[in-house]
Amino acid sequence: MNLKKINIENKKIRDLIPQVLTVLALISVIFYFATNAQINMGNRGISFGFGFLSQEASFDIAFSLIEFDGSYSYGRAFLVGLLNTILVSIIGIFLATILGVIVGVARLSNNYLIAKTAEWYVEIFRNIPLILQIFFWYFAALRALPSPENAINFYDVSYLTIKGWYIPKFVWINFDIFCYSIIIALISIYFFNRYAKKQREEYGKILPTFTLSLGILISIPLLSFLLLGVSLSFNYPELKQLSETSYTYEKGVSIIPELIALALALSMYTATFIAENVRAGVIGVSKGQKEAAASIGLNKSQILKLVVMPQALRIIIPPTTNQYLNLTKNSSLAAAIAYPDMVLVFAKTALMQTGRAIEIISITMLTYLSLSISISILMNWYNKKMAIKEK
Amino acid sequence: MKSIKTWILVGFASLLLVACGQGGGGAGSKKSKTLDNTKKAGFVKCGVSQGLPGFSNADASGNWSGIDVDVCRAVAAAVLGDADKVKYTPLSAAERFTALTSGEIDVLARNTTWTLSRDADIGLTFVGVNFYDGQGFMVRKNSGINSVNDFKDGISACTNTGTTTELNMRDFFNSKNIKYEPIAFEKADEVVQAYDAGRCDTYTTDKSGLAAQRTKLSAPDDHKVLPETISKEPLGPVVRQGDSVWEDIVRWSLNTMIEAEEYGVNSSNASSLKDSDNPAIKRLVGAEGELGAAFGLDNDWSLRIIEQVGNYGESYKKHIADTGILPNRGPNELWTKGGILYVPPAR
Repeated sequence: MNLKKINIENKKIRDLIPQVLTVLALISVIFYFATNAQINMGNRGISFGFGFLSQEASFDIAFSLIEFDGSYSYGRAFLVGLLNTILVSIIGIFLATILGVIVGVARLSNNYLIAKTAEWYVEIFRNIPLILQIFFWYFAALRALPSPENAINFYDVSYLTIKGWYIPKFVWINFDIFCYSIIIALISIYFFNRYAKKQREEYGKILPTFTLSLGILISIPLLSFLLLGVSLSFNYPELKQLSETSYTYEKGVSIIPELIALALALSMYTATFIAENVRAGVIGVSKGQKEAAASIGLNKSQILKLVVMPQALRIIIPPTTNQYLNLTKNSSLAAAIAYPDMVLVFAKTALMQTGRAIEIISITMLTYLSLSISISILMNWYNKKMAIKEK
Repeated sequence: MKSIKTWILVGFASLLLVACGQGGGGAGSKKSKTLDNTKKAGFVKCGVSQGLPGFSNADASGNWSGIDVDVCRAVAAAVLGDADKVKYTPLSAAERFTALTSGEIDVLARNTTWTLSRDADIGLTFVGVNFYDGQGFMVRKNSGINSVNDFKDGISACTNTGTTTELNMRDFFNSKNIKYEPIAFEKADEVVQAYDAGRCDTYTTDKSGLAAQRTKLSAPDDHKVLPETISKEPLGPVVRQGDSVWEDIVRWSLNTMIEAEEYGVNSSNASSLKDSDNPAIKRLVGAEGELGAAFGLDNDWSLRIIEQVGNYGESYKKHIADTGILPNRGPNELWTKGGILYVPPAR
């Protein structure tokens, strides 16, 4: 075989060469920076390695979903931070979506007051930098909330104070059985819905899917309480005096004000963008579609559910995915108000205590990247499900 | 063809010249990359806090002052002949060491505690102590808490993240077997605001810091600092590891200020003491010996520090005592007056 001949005449190889060269150039640039960093770190007596992750962290964290104190490792501290980041992102995404849909629909309302309120909300919260909103919610909330002895009392069960929102602690017996019962319920709902869909498509029978699904979701876990020895009791928060003038609550669970403020600020801010996406989606479905649906006898909720929403969602989902990603990344502003997310716990506190800047920042960046990619994959899957299926 | 040969010859010759020049320089005086770069740039790159009254704080027009700032000013006076030739970079606790090791700053004078792991592990060298501090607690006066022994389970404590304070706090509460809620902020201003709003029952940091931050509270007189000190916090300037000449310059700039106070040399009398009878004073004002040559400076380097920045006592009085932060010098008094300030002799 003639090498020259392959190079010139085989289009595949010809196309491949610039790509291979680009990749090689990229690798050499990265390699150059890596070696450069290594040499400079060597010159300055800084070692490189991930051994520190198993060292004792020796600092405490105010709020964690898993057990943690200073005797655990830096690796564990990272996990605490990561879970806190995921927690505030999930809460934020949940609230932002609900609020965003409400505001987005409200902007389209025929009622002048509702439409204008929604418009003002969007214009105000979209145009103020997020960090200021976080400070506003945190310090405004702190100033506005009462001290524990004068707490806002929810039926002697839950108390809202400057030191946090105290809720009852759930004390489970046989929690694992309860978990399994939920899983079983979810699986049965899935199969029931498949059955219902088949009935609808093949025999035209319409089953009350929603009501029945809800029934399954409630009844199976309920059975686990009645038959399998699962039980739940509550530890209610109790007021405790710390000194002559200061109080706190003990025994319950405290949701720290930093989390509340951050979740509130993130969702209020992101909701404005989601609202605009929703509005665009609904406007994007042409009027003729609704009229056509009405002409074949569908009622209003059927038009919304079967005709408008499936088409609107196609417009709404892709930009909303971006907003979910933004919210997750924006949660890194938590450090400003002491919410112990991954950045505060790992990229700031742990970095400071160990001095391992390159290692810690790389881990943090990779983690955010994986988080974002996971959200993207999930949303792309949903988007594909919603997209027009051409047959 | 001939011209290429000529060029190669010229190239070789110049290479040889450069090599010789370097060899010659190396034999005569020590080399310091940081010193050379500082002279070339015309200013000292100094890392300071984001605002801690008494230590490093900027006024409304952006002029920095404080005893940490004075360390940088002393280095600038010694190296560049003008104490004002300093470029200040405000840094958070989390940024400070990276800024130093990456070369963004050359001196870190930011109320930084000298510890073994910082000194040995992360490419830093502490050159001395310009303030002996210790961690304490601030509480509200009406709380009835008079001692750390009055703390109870469930207390919430505000502090700065990424500091030794955070670690000491844990050691302390663990040793007392008290469950506590640590609220760690990145910036000192937010700690003050959160404590002021009532988010925490106590605010813990270095006692000098507590005294300084107390002035920022809405009603400073409603708060007090508890008597106990739970840790040793020797605060001092830091340099990068690996440039021993620069390290010596910063160390002896600080030592000069302390030594000057010990011998009664201050900014107003320094130049008149050139003909003093005391050889130690004469060395200090550059009238005797060749001390500056040891790190490639002229002989008036220490005189410039004393004249332009003042001795340690003057600096302390101006920034810490007269501002009402800590009128009493406590351990930061000279060893001859019952404190622990003691520096090796400049000779």
